[in-house]
Amino acid sequence: MLLILEQLLNGLQYGVTLFLLAAGLTLIFGIMGVINLAHGSLYMIGAFVGVYFGAMTESFVLGMIAAILGGAAAGLALEALVVRRLYARDHLDQVLATFAVILIANQVIVLLFGRQPLFAPIPEALSRSIDLGAGLQYPAYRLFVIAAGLGVAALLYVLINRTRVGMLVRAGSTNRDMVRALGVNIRALYTAVFVLGAVLAAFAGFVSGPIYSVEAGMGERIILATFVVVVVGGLGSIRGAFIAAMVLGMIDTLMRGVLPELMRLVLPPSEADALSAGLASMGIYLVMALFLLVRPQGLFASGN
Amino acid sequence: MTSQRVLIVLILILGCIWPMIANALGQTALVGLATRVLIYAIAAASLNIVMGFGGMVSFGHAAFFGVGGYAIGILAAHHGTDPLFGLIPGTNAFLIAVPVAMLLASAVALIIGSLSLRTGGAQFIMITLAFAQILFFLAVSIKAYGGDEGLVIRRPNELFGLNLRDRATMYYVTLMFAVAFFAMVWRLRRSTLGAVLNGVRQNERRMVALGYNTYAIRLYAFVISGAGTGLAGALMANALRFASPDMLHWTKSGDFIIMVVLGGLGTLFGPLLGSAAFLVLETYLGAWTQYWQLPLGLILLVVVLGTKGGIMRLLTQVAGWFVRRLP
Repeated sequence: MLLILEQLLNGLQYGVTLFLLAAGLTLIFGIMGVINLAHGSLYMIGAFVGVYFGAMTESFVLGMIAAILGGAAAGLALEALVVRRLYARDHLDQVLATFAVILIANQVIVLLFGRQPLFAPIPEALSRSIDLGAGLQYPAYRLFVIAAGLGVAALLYVLINRTRVGMLVRAGSTNRDMVRALGVNIRALYTAVFVLGAVLAAFAGFVSGPIYSVEAGMGERIILATFVVVVVGGLGSIRGAFIAAMVLGMIDTLMRGVLPELMRLVLPPSEADALSAGLASMGIYLVMALFLLVRPQGLFASGN
Repeated sequence: MTSQRVLIVLILILGCIWPMIANALGQTALVGLATRVLIYAIAAASLNIVMGFGGMVSFGHAAFFGVGGYAIGILAAHHGTDPLFGLIPGTNAFLIAVPVAMLLASAVALIIGSLSLRTGGAQFIMITLAFAQILFFLAVSIKAYGGDEGLVIRRPNELFGLNLRDRATMYYVTLMFAVAFFAMVWRLRRSTLGAVLNGVRQNERRMVALGYNTYAIRLYAFVISGAGTGLAGALMANALRFASPDMLHWTKSGDFIIMVVLGGLGTLFGPLLGSAAFLVLETYLGAWTQYWQLPLGLILLVVVLGTKGGIMRLLTQVAGWFVRRLP
């Protein structure tokens, strides 16, 4: 029981990380119609910039600020140089061009930092476990990630639903041609949305640093899961992305936690571990495949 | 059309004498490279049927490549020992194992295609990717067939007593299959199915109004494409004597897409040129720097953003330039 509770918290932490990535990705798809495979590269850039400056200044907070600024700068550059040319293109060109960006970003990171993972320390104040009652000791840092992720989600909710920019974003994801026809500066809106997504991804990369490893290619490990979240949630829907991220994060983590125990009952340990690791990794893809058969448009379909 | 005939003859002659050229240059590794170019060309040409002719962007073709490869590997692993599932005997015969691999790949394509084609656009890209990922993790998780370390095939398949370990022999066998496959694609493009598929890509609504079952046509093309990619996987498993989860990795699907677009989407020889360009870049950039993916990424970006039509388009433009300057 304790184990399951701990796994649920781990799932929540993975879920909010997925949401931070998926929110940007789904907005970029919903408003600009772009499939951005390179979103994981922004996550990686955030982690590297943040951890590097965090180590230099010996401050977690300054590292976080650097990650956010670095993510914004990388997002601005990526939008201006590559993504802007893809708005009018078909999905094939978008997939290929952003796949090329992944190759370039990974190699640049390897050139700058080498292939060894970067060590990302947990800040002093959060490096202990907190007693959550009933004997459950849970790492304070993971609780911080959950709280930060939910905090950002709340901010995002306010931004989208209560501000003028948010109104344009909602309008854009429902009918972008109409927004353009009404005289909104659509190019500025596109850039703003892309940079917002980049900042969220960079933030996710930075806070995940101490939990997962900070190395070249770290973006690809999470970006496919993020796409699953975005597609299941409904392309363009932040609400859908939130629900899908939480549910899929929990399913994935629970399967990873529980399957090995179950498999060991019937198989020798080494085979059981390999099989359950594979099955657990398959889990979210199976969920997505089955879900899309019932609802091809995802949980909440956007207008486009 | 005549320039295409010239191109066909040139490619065929070059293909037939390639091992001699490689020998004359003293670079026998070029034979192995050409074998891989032809194998990937078959895979890319298969993807081109779906993507170029039919307009469906599949990001999961590594699945069929891997199924073809693993079919050869698993059949070989059970050859002369206990049968698979206690029923199916293993085999080492090329003429049995390769058709079985193609059949399996088309069966998998039928399942994946019939489910994925119910969606379209971005969802189709993602759901094909998801199915390929499921097979990838399946291959990683089954220890009996090597798990993440891959499955070593001790002896290549038997084919008329030929020694498929010999590079030149394997090359000519592959060449034969590649020529046959490209001839099939050429026929397909000129067939009714090709015309209808083209129509579905350009205007699905109109094809529906004309009374065609567009879902069935797409699925048919998808299954043919799966069989072709399975053939490529089976040949690759024979050439490398190895089947591994790498064959199923999502970046392999990405590589296939790159080859098709680099060569020229929807053209007959684009996939061959794209496969050659990709492998030459990989081999020579890889020998030059371990960061070869950086220049590859830049080239790809320029091709996608800056050009329309890839190498085929470039070639026709160059050819046109020469023709205009002829007296």
